[in-house]
Amino acid sequence: MTTKSDLTSSVNRLGKSIRDLPNRATGFSMHRDTIKGFLFGNRTGYGLVFNVILYVLLIAIGFVYLYPLLFMFVTSLKSPADLLNPMVQWIPTEFYSGNYVKAFQVLDYPAKLASSVLISFVPSIFQTIVCSLVGYGLARYRFWGKRLIFVLIMATFIIPAQNTVIPQMLTYRDYGLLGNIFSLILPAAMGQGFKSAIFILIFYQTFLALPKVLEEAARLDGASNLQIFLRVALPAAIPSYIIAIIFSTVWYWNETYLTVIFLEGGIESLPMQLSKFVQAYENLYPPGTVNIFDRLNEAVKLSGTFLNILPLLIMYFILQKWFVESVERTGIAGE
Amino acid sequence: MSAPGISKRRGLTYRMREALSGYAFVIIWIVGFAVFTLIPLGQTLFYSLNQVTVSATGINLQFVEWQNYTRALFTDPTFVELLIEYAVETLFSVPIILIFSLIIALFLNLDFKFKGVFRTIFFLPVVITSGPVIQELVSQGAATVPGFAFSDTITNFLAELPTYLSNPIEYLLTSFILILWFSGVQILIYLSSLQKIDPSIYEAAAIDGASAWESFWKITLPSLSTTTIVVAIYTIITLSHFSENKVIKYISGQTFAVGGGIGYSSAMSFLYFAVLILLLALVYLVLNYRASRQYG
Repeated sequence: MTTKSDLTSSVNRLGKSIRDLPNRATGFSMHRDTIKGFLFGNRTGYGLVFNVILYVLLIAIGFVYLYPLLFMFVTSLKSPADLLNPMVQWIPTEFYSGNYVKAFQVLDYPAKLASSVLISFVPSIFQTIVCSLVGYGLARYRFWGKRLIFVLIMATFIIPAQNTVIPQMLTYRDYGLLGNIFSLILPAAMGQGFKSAIFILIFYQTFLALPKVLEEAARLDGASNLQIFLRVALPAAIPSYIIAIIFSTVWYWNETYLTVIFLEGGIESLPMQLSKFVQAYENLYPPGTVNIFDRLNEAVKLSGTFLNILPLLIMYFILQKWFVESVERTGIAGE
Repeated sequence: MSAPGISKRRGLTYRMREALSGYAFVIIWIVGFAVFTLIPLGQTLFYSLNQVTVSATGINLQFVEWQNYTRALFTDPTFVELLIEYAVETLFSVPIILIFSLIIALFLNLDFKFKGVFRTIFFLPVVITSGPVIQELVSQGAATVPGFAFSDTITNFLAELPTYLSNPIEYLLTSFILILWFSGVQILIYLSSLQKIDPSIYEAAAIDGASAWESFWKITLPSLSTTTIVVAIYTIITLSHFSENKVIKYISGQTFAVGGGIGYSSAMSFLYFAVLILLLALVYLVLNYRASRQYG
């Protein structure tokens, strides 16, 4: 028979054992929870499983993405014997630099590199300056026709080059500007450069986001409009200037349609020389005079292509922070 | 000092002075637009209505009305075919690029080591994409993962379709990686838009019991609807202006060809422009309709 004291003491013992329960997991369940957190994610991280899947996916996609570049690089190092050898796929038997030597000569590398830099950089500077002026005017002043100008700016972005290029070319021919770098500089200096619309928008967003109080203070101190622009607005927008210059340089470098039409026969760029690679090769190594190992093969062509993109790659790796953070900085994704 | 009650001002009002300053900044663009875009556009239109021959001293024009246009549309066998192929290719490429850039942007938005390395990798093609480079890669077959594009079932299937459908699909398969290479800028745009979404919305949804899948469809995608339109338009324009574009190459080829001439290629370039505008309008309407439908 259970007495009252029996019940009391068992309740007391129960209470004590409940009180003695630790308020965290112990023993086996502690390890189980830690392992589960480690694998599937806890408050401080995503968990091993998720991370592994993420990295595997990204590396796979990245590999597929870069596959053409890897193919280009590996093939350009193959000697002609390697090219004919079906057993050699990804690892050439020797580090063969002959392709690069030939491509270097065919591309007339030093001269074309210098002229490419000139063709890309100089119009870019003009374009950047003018687009910043236009962007500033649109951001800070109210005037009739602003809407119309925006529409026209978008129109310059959409209209394909083919619709305007032939009369331009004929005009340049009349003025003797074909083959001259001014055929690129003039449109850029008047805001009609390659993809100028994007830069105008970038500067517009940048200047719009600057606080007006600084400019008003400068105006109170008696600064003219130009002084306000040069002393107050421009220094605050330096990141946008850098971004505009590097993107403009890269786009002008890679633009072959306009450069072929305007610059053919005059100053020539590296990509233009690449598009004429086959003929240029045959000029240097006429077909009848070379043995089979010196004939044009894919490896030489690909090494020419690689030499072509090498300056851009170097520029990209040095300035990658600016390239990759550009969209965020300029707020062009709209807020 | 002007007394109150005098309403007539001499000289320019503040508004007018402000407008003049604004015009001063913008005038160079206006002049440039007139000289380098508007006038050449009008001249190209004028040339398209003529038969143009170029001589050493100038050009000779011979007014032929709409002949160039009718020839491009009805007589020339390749042009219309190329136009349709271009339209189909673009309409296939745009969703691929959009979805791919969105997925990569979602990945890059997570928090993990070496994020910067992957961002650099995915943006790299933007810097090196140029006509001759792409042409070289395509001709070497480096633009797709080998083995995928040439399987028997696919070639048999493609043989059944009419040319203007099978050519674009074949192009998509053989240049798949190159299509992905066009998504560099788009990835960054999506990434910066994703980062602008307020995290507290996600927290609120999680408190209400939404799963990750649900919060993706109900929060992330609707917030990205405007960005998607911007990205789609940018993609179409980039694809259409690329110098390896078939239609562009055909037009440039015809400019100096014997049977073509400047007038003919001008007419074709306007037709191409019209198709481009149609594609833009189509994509804009579709995406706008979907975006507005989501908001009720």
